[in-house]
Amino acid sequence: MRDFDYARPASLAEARRFAAEPGAMLLAGGTTLLDLAKCGVAAPVKVIDITHLEGLDAITFGAAGVHIGALAKMSHVAADAAIRENFPAVSEALWQAASAQLRNMATIGGNLLQRTRCAYFRDPLAFPACNKRDPGSGCAALGGITRNHAVLGTSKVCIATNPGDLAVVLSAFDAVVHLGERRIATDDFFLLPGMTPEREHALEPGEVITAVTIPASAAARRSTYLKVRDRQSYEFAAASAAVGMELEPDGKTIRDLRVALGGVATKPWRARDVEKALIGKPLEPEAVREASLLAMTGAAAQGDNHYKIDLAPRVVTRAIMKVGGLA
Amino acid sequence: MTTDILPAKVKRGDASDGGASLGSRLSRIDGPAKITGAARYALEHHLEGLCHAVIVQSTIGAGRIGVIDTTAADAAPGVLMVLTPDRIMPLKSATTWLDTPGPEGPYLALTNVINFMGQHIAAVVAETFEQATAAAALVKVYYEETDAIATYDDPRSGEGMALDHLAVSWGEAEAALAEAPVRIEATYRTPREYNVPIEPHGLVAQWSGDKLTVWEPSQWINGMSRTYAEWFGVPYENVRLVSPFIGGGFGSKAFALAHGAIAACAAKMLDRPVKLALTRPQTFTAFGGRPATRQTLKLGATEEGKLLSIVQTGANETSVDGVWGEPLASVTALMYATPHLAARQTVVPVNTVLPSALRAPGENPSAFGIECAIDELSYEVGIDPVAIRLRNYAEEDPHAKKPWSTRQLREAYEAGAKAFGWEKRKPEPRSMRDGHHLIGWGVAAGTYPVRRTAGEAMVGLFADGRAEVASSGIDMGQGTYTILAQTAADAIGLPVDQVEVKLGDSALPGAPVAGGSQLANLMTGAVHKAALAARDELIGLAISDPNSPFRALQANTLSVADGVISSPRGGEEVTIAELMRRLGRDKIEVLRDTLPETNNSAAEKHKTYTTITRMRSPTEGDYSLHAWCVHFIEVRVDEDFGTVRVSRVVSALDSGRLYNPKLAESQWKGGIIMGIGQALLEEGLVDRRKGRVINNNLGDYLIATNADIPDIEVISVGVPDFHASVLGGKAVGELGIVGVAPAIANAVYHATGKRIRDLPITLEKLID
Ligand SMILES: Cc1cc2nc3c(=O)[nH]c(=O)nc-3n(C[C@H](O)[C@H](O)[C@H](O)COP(=O)(O)OP(=O)(O)OC[C@H]3O[C@@H](n4cnc5c(N)ncnc54)[C@H](O)[C@@H]3O)c2cc1C
Ligand code: SF4
Repeated sequence: MRDFDYARPASLAEARRFAAEPGAMLLAGGTTLLDLAKCGVAAPVKVIDITHLEGLDAITFGAAGVHIGALAKMSHVAADAAIRENFPAVSEALWQAASAQLRNMATIGGNLLQRTRCAYFRDPLAFPACNKRDPGSGCAALGGITRNHAVLGTSKVCIATNPGDLAVVLSAFDAVVHLGERRIATDDFFLLPGMTPEREHALEPGEVITAVTIPASAAARRSTYLKVRDRQSYEFAAASAAVGMELEPDGKTIRDLRVALGGVATKPWRARDVEKALIGKPLEPEAVREASLLAMTGAAAQGDNHYKIDLAPRVVTRAIMKVGGLA
Repeated sequence: MTTDILPAKVKRGDASDGGASLGSRLSRIDGPAKITGAARYALEHHLEGLCHAVIVQSTIGAGRIGVIDTTAADAAPGVLMVLTPDRIMPLKSATTWLDTPGPEGPYLALTNVINFMGQHIAAVVAETFEQATAAAALVKVYYEETDAIATYDDPRSGEGMALDHLAVSWGEAEAALAEAPVRIEATYRTPREYNVPIEPHGLVAQWSGDKLTVWEPSQWINGMSRTYAEWFGVPYENVRLVSPFIGGGFGSKAFALAHGAIAACAAKMLDRPVKLALTRPQTFTAFGGRPATRQTLKLGATEEGKLLSIVQTGANETSVDGVWGEPLASVTALMYATPHLAARQTVVPVNTVLPSALRAPGENPSAFGIECAIDELSYEVGIDPVAIRLRNYAEEDPHAKKPWSTRQLREAYEAGAKAFGWEKRKPEPRSMRDGHHLIGWGVAAGTYPVRRTAGEAMVGLFADGRAEVASSGIDMGQGTYTILAQTAADAIGLPVDQVEVKLGDSALPGAPVAGGSQLANLMTGAVHKAALAARDELIGLAISDPNSPFRALQANTLSVADGVISSPRGGEEVTIAELMRRLGRDKIEVLRDTLPETNNSAAEKHKTYTTITRMRSPTEGDYSLHAWCVHFIEVRVDEDFGTVRVSRVVSALDSGRLYNPKLAESQWKGGIIMGIGQALLEEGLVDRRKGRVINNNLGDYLIATNADIPDIEVISVGVPDFHASVLGGKAVGELGIVGVAPAIANAVYHATGKRIRDLPITLEKLID
């Protein structure tokens, strides 16, 4: 950990001004930032503490959906009665993430910007090669232990998984990330690694996440987040699925379906092929199983993570069956 | 639950026999201090002038240091000193725990030669922890790197060296195997596992002239004090090691380690107290956990499942600069009656820190092999897994050929099976399910030896009628404070809350290592003896002292109960405090040891408490002494996801007499919980290119969480075993973990029809 300056901006405008300075980093719950500073990955020149900024932690419902302030804590959002009613998958994703202590500290804005758990990324002294940390230096994960690495959206310079849970749900339900006036769809907010794995999202210097909005929908009301992992708590997903469904009045035909995957891709992974294959069709186990395989189109294993290609479609299938009342 | 399977007249040695404090379910007397934060742990000592040391570890797996450039670190704010291999004080080589000379000196706690990734290579000492941490990042190291052999799966590591002292054989095992009508063969593997106590390792060291005081969590006050004394060439008495509370050790806090030497060197060189705390990642290479093991077992049996021969070959990883043998035959050669057996094993040196003890070293991986193999045999011959174990029940120690002192293992099978409902089990794999879950029921036995070393204790009686027990033995959560108070209370005749216990300080009477599950038995023995002696001295005075109210009674004995002295002849009843007042005494203090009276010199005591050479093996004497257990475990395996959840555990255990059933049950359950983590989660992931354990933190090295643990039912089937110990107890602390992983692997097989022979049983091994 290095020496750094510390600032507590009085307003959002001031926070943005500070955040534009080179080497400046915002501090919200600190559960990612402090962790990475301790492993020598984050070395902020100036830490800009936004925790005390007012009016950024509200959860407000309107006809269009919900508006969640960037400083709302994970645990508060998970426990919110209206969230649980209208967006059960959001609550489920949050309470299955991290640990109780972390959820009590961590914010929604910070959560979107959590970094990969790639062990090579987190260990700069032993593994200097990491294109995400140090563009052009190589990728130590290739040829190493890749059990938790991505099978979707990888590039030849980086195969790191985006480990977050909430973002998967946000992607499924077309949530919008608010950077003050500027708004970006979740899917566009997160970037594929391509040749620039160091750039993980569309945030520009000086921008601050102010809120996330999730449009209300029947599919969101009937949704779930299924997270599969070896340890029952406090572990990242081996594979996860956020699924929401709306049925036609006949109670059988799928009118709307949302599917996104976590734990398997370099960004929250919307599986539109699965959705397309099933919308308009009757909800039937065999069709669901078949369609779920489409989620893995283009998947490439690295050695230790081949199981994700088998596992993820099964997770999708189960999640769809669950919201459809069949599992 | 157990009374119906034990004859009613059996005395359990616990509170069910009536009366005494020992055997009652007293809560831990150190509990309130821990819960309120009043208990001060080693690293919470803040001394005047304290400075902070931070370790720098190697980032290569093998080679040597070319240059360490400390220019920037030396000049960083607050830095007092940067220790490097060239700057650290050379120390003397210390005697080993086996009382053999250490490697040829001098001992350098930092060296230029790198034998493993994460070896200590420098330390920065600064005014504050933050300054030391910042400066440590400025130390630049230029290496001459050579190829590291990361694990024993690297073919270059070879077959390793044979450890002949761990070889066991009787009969003609190979020939008998060849002739056996039924044969099975399988290889079982366990990965590197780590102790990860929640209190990380570290210390505060302070010199005053040539006297060293160390506050450091310790499972072995006297052994570690000796090492410090020998390193610095000062008399043993000059080292004071203080460790009243320990936040878990599981075997990892028994030895003085390099970081301790570094902190003590820094304190000496700076003449200031130094605090050094390892970071969590550093703990993965500052000391070794359980080494990776592999063992091939060949069982030969009759069609009826009776064992004819066992042939075992095993190996475990060790470091390139030391030998740690993980005895893989310890359960194989003990559990079942087999006319022929041959077991041998090697250690394979790789570039790792020297492995060390982790809860039930040897017994734990050994049981994983034999208890899975016997299960495989049960399916092979079509016999129930419990029945095949009883069919091969060893009526005496098959290796030592001595009778068991006690072996309530049959009772354990019976009680456990009944409580679990084993008779409802469908024998076929994949025959029990609930929705997406395949359900499996597995069983496995475990054992742990009774180890015996002598100890000593001081017991004092004070003018206020209270008693005090003092020993350097330690309490790392297992309940030493509590059971010693109970022991003394009973022996003296005092309410237990009138007894104060002082532990974990080298200034107190000595004790051997709190390891091998021996401390409770040996310390209750010593305290019992000392407390009886204190009581006798009190009664002696009461009978003879001219000022005693009992003098006139001419009694030759008195009784003491609840702190009150009375005579069978009637007359006055007097409290201990009152008697002390009338006797004009402010204290009665006695020191007793349990060494043989013919050989209890000061030198012998020193050896007894500072080495393990005086530890008696479980088969020394006329009997073979062991604790036993059986675990019945239900798992639910998600058929699609391969995730395994332990949904029920019933364990029946024979630890002899329980001095405090509540605490013994906690120890057993703790072992079982650790066993669940071992079976399903724990694994040090070693990068094969660099030899780095890449999941060296508690976010990535997965131990069981509350959510992974179902209700656990433990049943005591033990009876007092006075061959095993003075007060009848056998091993407790390490017993519970032994057999849990095989019971889970066996249950997974029953659920899925898939035999997973390498731990942990993670989901990718079950989906395909
Ligand atoms: C051991 C461990 C296990 C975990 N397990 C899980 C898990 O299972 N699932 C899961 O989803 N997550 C998990 N997490 C991640 C955790 O959810 C995140 O660390 C947390 O949500 C980050 O929020 P924070 O407020 O603490 O962020 P901070 O650490 O304060 O900030 C994170 C990053 O975001 C930036 N930032 C913060 N707020 C803003 C803002 N408003 N605008 C712009 N930039 C901002 C910061 O500069 C920083 O770069 C785990 C974390 C740990 C340490
Ligand atoms: S996978 Fe990405 S984050 Fe991990 S080492 Fe390679 S480049 Fe770095």
